[in-house]
Amino acid sequence: MKTLVLAAELLQELSSYLEGAYPEEGAGFLLGKTEEELGRVQALFPLPNAREAEARSNRFLLTPQDYVVAELHAEQSGLEILGVFHSHPDCPNTPSEFDRQWALPHLVYLITTVSQGKAANHRAWMLREDRSAFDEITLELSTRPPFLSTTHSVGQLTNP
Amino acid sequence: MAIIRIPTPLRPYTNGQSELTVAGETVGQVLENLVQQYPALRTHIFNENGELRPFVNLFIGENNVNDLQGVATPVEDNDRILLIPSIAGG
Repeated sequence: MKTLVLAAELLQELSSYLEGAYPEEGAGFLLGKTEEELGRVQALFPLPNAREAEARSNRFLLTPQDYVVAELHAEQSGLEILGVFHSHPDCPNTPSEFDRQWALPHLVYLITTVSQGKAANHRAWMLREDRSAFDEITLELSTRPPFLSTTHSVGQLTNP
Repeated sequence: MAIIRIPTPLRPYTNGQSELTVAGETVGQVLENLVQQYPALRTHIFNENGELRPFVNLFIGENNVNDLQGVATPVEDNDRILLIPSIAGG
C-alpha cells in the first residue's frame, strides 16, 4: 500500500480518542478496504491499552484476543484490518525501534504525536519486507464521509 | 498433520492461504516445517537468533502454548494451531 485515505471526520474521532488517552499511549485498529495500492479507512476500532499502567506512557499493547475481536468485527462489516493507529505522547511520530521489532508486514502504522494533550501531527508507515526499517506512505485526507459509519464504540472510546 | 491458521498480514507469504496442513510432532516442528515450505515467512516468525518474534502467539484451541510446553507442546493429528498476533509498540 502506498496511500492511506482517511475521512476528516474519522481523523477527528481518532484525534479525540488519542487526546483522551494522553499522557498515555492510545491505540486501535484501522478497518477498511484496499484498492490496489490505496487503503481507504472506513472505521476505527479503538481498544484499551493493555500494557501495565506504569508502561503506558511510552508503550501500547493490543492482545491476541483484541486482534480476534477486531478481525471478526471487520469481517462482519465487510472490511479488513488495514492497520494500527497509536499515539506518541510528546514525542515525534516516527516509528521507534520497539515499533519495528513488533511490527507486522502489510499493515499500516498510523502514528500521531499528541503534544501537551493535543493531537498535533499524523504520519503513516509500513514495514519493509526485510524488516530493516519503515517507509512512510502518503496520508490523504478526504472530505468525503466514510462509506460505512461503523466505528466501534462499545464503551471502548473511553480510555481505562 | 496439524492445521495452522495464518493471520491476514502474513498470508502474502503463503500464497494467500489462511489455513495450511503441516507435519510435525510438536508446535516447534510444525513451525519449522511451515517456514521450510514458505521460506519468506521465516523472517516474520523468527528473529535473527531463531527465537519466535514477540508478536507471535500460538494457540491450540483456546490454550496459549506458552501455558502448555511452549514450542515443545505435542501436536496431534488434526490439531488446529492458531497463529494470532499481538500488536505492540511505543
